[in-house]
Amino acid sequence: MSSGVLAPRRPDLRPDRVRFAQSLRAEWVKFRTVRGWVIAMVVAILITVFLGIFAAGNVNIGCQNGPNGPVLTGKACTPKYPIGPGGEAVSDSYYFVRQPLAGNGSITVRVAALTGLHGGGGRIATGQSPLAGMTTGVVPWAKAGLILTSSTRLGSPYAAMMVTGAHGVRMQYNYTHDTAGLPGSVTAGSPRWLRVTRSGDRISGYDSADGRHWTLVGTARLTGLPTTVQAGLFATSPIYTVSTPGAIGSTNQSGPSQATAVFDDVSLRGSWPARTWTGDNVGNGPASAGTGFGYFRRSGAAVTVSGSGDIAPLVAGPAAASPTSTFEQPLAGLFAGLIAVVVVAAMFFTTEYRRGLIRTTLAADPRRGRVLAAKAVVCGAVAFVVGLVAAVIAISIGLPRQRNQGSYVLPVTTVTEVRVIVGTAALVALAAVLAVAAGAILRRSAAAVTAVIVAIVLPFLLAATVLPVSAGAWLLRLTPAAGFAIEQSIPNYPQVSNVLSPAQGSYPLPPWGGFAVLCAWVAVALATAYVLLRRRDA
Amino acid sequence: MTVEATIEVTGLRKRFGSALALDGMSFTVQPGQVTGFVGPNGAGKSTTMRVILGLDAPDDGHALVGGRPYASLPHPMRYLGSLLDAGALQPSRSARAHLLWLAYSQGLAAHRVDEVLEQAGLTAVARRRAGGYSLGMRQRLGVAAAMLGDPLILMLDEPFNGLDPEGIVWMRGFLRSLARQGRAVLVSSHLMSELEDTADHLVVVGRGKVVADTGVAALLAAAAGGRVTLRTASAPAAVRLLNRAGATVTANGDGALTISGLPAERVVAVLSHDGVPFSEVSGHRVTLEQAYLDLTKEAVEFRAEPAREVAP
Repeated sequence: MSSGVLAPRRPDLRPDRVRFAQSLRAEWVKFRTVRGWVIAMVVAILITVFLGIFAAGNVNIGCQNGPNGPVLTGKACTPKYPIGPGGEAVSDSYYFVRQPLAGNGSITVRVAALTGLHGGGGRIATGQSPLAGMTTGVVPWAKAGLILTSSTRLGSPYAAMMVTGAHGVRMQYNYTHDTAGLPGSVTAGSPRWLRVTRSGDRISGYDSADGRHWTLVGTARLTGLPTTVQAGLFATSPIYTVSTPGAIGSTNQSGPSQATAVFDDVSLRGSWPARTWTGDNVGNGPASAGTGFGYFRRSGAAVTVSGSGDIAPLVAGPAAASPTSTFEQPLAGLFAGLIAVVVVAAMFFTTEYRRGLIRTTLAADPRRGRVLAAKAVVCGAVAFVVGLVAAVIAISIGLPRQRNQGSYVLPVTTVTEVRVIVGTAALVALAAVLAVAAGAILRRSAAAVTAVIVAIVLPFLLAATVLPVSAGAWLLRLTPAAGFAIEQSIPNYPQVSNVLSPAQGSYPLPPWGGFAVLCAWVAVALATAYVLLRRRDA
Repeated sequence: MTVEATIEVTGLRKRFGSALALDGMSFTVQPGQVTGFVGPNGAGKSTTMRVILGLDAPDDGHALVGGRPYASLPHPMRYLGSLLDAGALQPSRSARAHLLWLAYSQGLAAHRVDEVLEQAGLTAVARRRAGGYSLGMRQRLGVAAAMLGDPLILMLDEPFNGLDPEGIVWMRGFLRSLARQGRAVLVSSHLMSELEDTADHLVVVGRGKVVADTGVAALLAAAAGGRVTLRTASAPAAVRLLNRAGATVTANGDGALTISGLPAERVVAVLSHDGVPFSEVSGHRVTLEQAYLDLTKEAVEFRAEPAREVAP
C-alpha cells in the first residue's frame, strides 16, 4: 500500500450506476420511515378520490318524455349519441335536402344569403315553440351549404362545403376535420359559390367568389363509401352560448338557434336517378342540439333551407344538448391531493436543512447532484404511484356514478384513457419533483411549499373559478399548471363554440403541449437547484 | 500492510461575511492516537471539520483525508466516520431507520446497523423515535453512525456534550480503544477537562488558527516546570526557610504550597535541618486544563489587543 492512499477495510469497488442505486435506496428508506409522510400520501389519494367523486360529481338529472309522460331520473334520461367514424360522440342534426348520387359526380351551388335566429338563454319550455322569443342574428358556427354523406344514418361519414356565420367558407368532413376557405360572410353583394365532387372515395371541395374562378379548399378520403351516396343542400345552427363575465367567474346561458340559407343556381353532374329533392330533419331527437323545426322551400330557381342543430364532435359543457361529462371529470379533486404531495415532497428536502441532517446526507454522499437526483427520483416515483392509484380509483368509481346519474360520458379511445390516467400520475410526479427542487433552492418548508402551490395549484384554481377565461388561459399557458392539460380527453375543436375553462375540463394548450410546459419548469427548477446546491455551503 | 489513516489540513482560510472564521488553519491528525481539537467557542473547530467533510468550501487551502479530498471518496463513511451534530436527526425516524439509510448509502448491509447499535449500547431503544432521545443517547447514536463504515479515521465534534458521568467514562474508554486499534481519532472540545486522560495529542486553536500542536505528556511536563508541592502545618516557618534557600513559594489555596527553583530533595533537606514538620512533599502535578490555560494565556492577551486599540 503506497503512502498517502487510504484503503478501506470494507472493499469499495462499485461503479457509478450501483452507487446511484445505493443513494436511491437510502433516500427511499428515509421516505418510508417517516410515518407522517406515508400517511400524507394515503390522504392525498383519499382526498383526490373523495373530492372528485362525491363533492364535484353530484348532480341530479331528471327528464320527461312529453308533457304527460312519467318523470324519469338518472340513467333513464341519458340519450344515445351517434358515434362518428373516429369513435367520438358527435352531434349529427341538420335539415337535409337530398338526392341519391350514383357513382362519381358533382354538385355546384350559389349561396345568396345566410340569416338566422338565436335565443339568449334558457331551454325551451315543454310545448313552447322553440322559435318563440328568439332574436335575429346568425350564430358564428351556423352552417349551410353542400353535403355528401354515405347515408342518413347518424354518425355516417360525410364531407361538406359550407358558408358559416362568422368563420367564412369551410370544408369539413367526418365531424372533426375542418379547413378554412374564403373568408367573410355571405351578403347580397358577396355571394359564395360552392362545389363538391366525388371521385371514388375522394371528395373534393371548391369555393369561388364569382362562379368562374374556383379554388380547391380540401380533399377528404372517405373510406368504404358506397356507390350510391346521399348528396344535396343542408342548413344547421348549433346551441348558442353567451358567456357573461361576472364579479366571480362568468355565467353561461345557452339556447338553440336556427340558420336559413338561400341557394340558387343548383347544378348537378353525374347520375342523379331520383330527379327530385327530398327534405328531412336529420337526427332531431333528445340528443340533438337542434329544434327539429327545419324546412325547405322552392321559389323558381331558388331553394331556401332552414335548419337547426350541428354536425360536429360532441363536447362537454354548455354547448352540449343534454348533460355530458368527460372521462377525466372524476379527477377534479386532483388539485387537493396535489397539495398534500407537494407539501411532503418539499419537506423531504427542507426538513434536512431545518434539522442539520443535510450535512449527514452530504457527508454520506458528497456528490450533491446525485443526492438531488436520488431525492427527486424517490419523491417522483412515490408521487407517480399516488397519482396512478388515485386516478384509477377515482375513475373506476366516478364514471359509473356519473352514468347512473344520467350524465353521458363522452367516449374516448383506450389510448386516450391510458394517456389521461398515466398522464395524471406523471403530473403528480412532476409536481413532486418541482417541490423537491424548490426545497433545495429555498431551504425552508414554508417558502418552498408556498412557492410550488402558487406555481401549480393556485393558477389552476384561479382559472377554474374567479378569473375571466382569457386571463385564466394565459396562466394555464405560462405557469407549471399548464401540465393539467394532460388530463383533457376531448380536444378543443376550433369549429365548436364552447367555453374553454378548466372548470369545463378545457385547457388552452393541447395535452402534450401543456405537459411540456410543466416539464420545462421542472427542468429549470432542477438545474437551478443543482447549481445552488453545489455552490452553497451545506 | 500499512495503511495511512491521516487528516491533513493545510492553510485553510474562510470568511463568513465580515467574520474571519479560519485564518490559515494547518495541522495533521496521526493514526493510533486521540487528537484533541481544543479551543474556545468560535475558534473555528466546527468550520474546520465541515471543510474536511467537503460541506463548506474554503476560500483558500485544502483538507485531505488519507491524501484525497473527502468528496472524491465513493463511500466516504468507510474511510472517515464523523459526528458533527448529535441533534441532526429526523425526530419521527427511529434510531435503527436512521442508521439503515446511512448503511444503504454506503453499500453496507443491514446487519452492520445492529452491530453498531450494540456497540453504542442502543439496541434496547433502537426502534424508538429518535425525537424522544436524551442528548446523551443522541451522542451515542451519532457515534454509532460514525462507526457504521468501520472507518480508519473518526472525527467527532463535541462528543462529550450532554453525556452523564457514566457516559463520559464510556466515551473516553471508547475513544481510547479506537486509537489502540490504530485508528486516527480527532475529537473537538471547548472544555480541556473533558479530554483529560483521553487525548494523546492536542491541537489548540484560537481565532481560526493553530495556537499549539503538541503531545499531551510533553505539555504536562513543561507546565509542571519542576515545581514541588508541600503540605505543612508550619507554613510561615517553611516559607521563611525556603525563601532564604533561594526558592519562590506561592500558596495554593487548598492549604498546600507550591515551590519553584528548588528540587524536591533540597526542600526536604532544608525543612529537616530546622525541624519544620511536613506531611507531604511531591512533584507538582498540573491538570490538563491548567496547562491549557497557561498555553492559551498568550493567545488571550493577543486577543485583547485590538480592543485596547479602539478604546478611547
